[in-house]
Amino acid sequence: MNELFIIWSILASQILLGLAMGCALFRIVRGPRAQDRILGLDALYINAMLLLLTFGIRTANSIYFETALIIAVLGFVSSIAFAKFLMRGEVIE
Amino acid sequence: MSHLTDLPIWAAIPVCLLLLTGSTISLIGSIGLIRLKTFYGRLHAPTLSSSAGTILICLASMIAFAVLQNRWIFHEVLIVLFVILTTPVTLMLLGQSALYRDRIEGSVDVPRKTTREEPNLSALDI
Repeated sequence: MNELFIIWSILASQILLGLAMGCALFRIVRGPRAQDRILGLDALYINAMLLLLTFGIRTANSIYFETALIIAVLGFVSSIAFAKFLMRGEVIE
Repeated sequence: MSHLTDLPIWAAIPVCLLLLTGSTISLIGSIGLIRLKTFYGRLHAPTLSSSAGTILICLASMIAFAVLQNRWIFHEVLIVLFVILTTPVTLMLLGQSALYRDRIEGSVDVPRKTTREEPNLSALDI
């Protein structure tokens, strides 16, 4: 009973996070301007990181948590680079 | 599922509640990304998933593995600290660049750049 409860709730939260990633992907595909697409990419990587955390809770594997940390770091750097590119037209001046 | 069966019921219920609440809040933030009309309104929506969703899901994971004691829970603390620190920086830069682009295009919806008044030195007769 107990383990069934927690497994189903992990599955439900994975489905909800997948739907959230779908909404962010819709904003990337549909976004009217470039900054909307970058905002969608930002939301997409945050939701992907949360999805990896739920996979990590399910399997108790430490690799998923390290992957989530790497995704957070690289997503931050990529969003900063995109925003600088929109502002200046080049990333490294 | 070997390790989740070892979780006692008093720890399983908060873990389930925190997981469901965090993922629901993330979904609400992403729906706001679709439904809000302007870019500057949309800029606020994904902060729900990056603040509340991250904190709640990392808290669920920390409770689960602190009770089970089979993993070191340092990763979650690092993830929460990093995401909380970096999200305002990212969104501030993105908002600045969007404002710059809108001003370049001459959009009337954004506030104009305020010009700082230069002190008139000749009028002061210095």
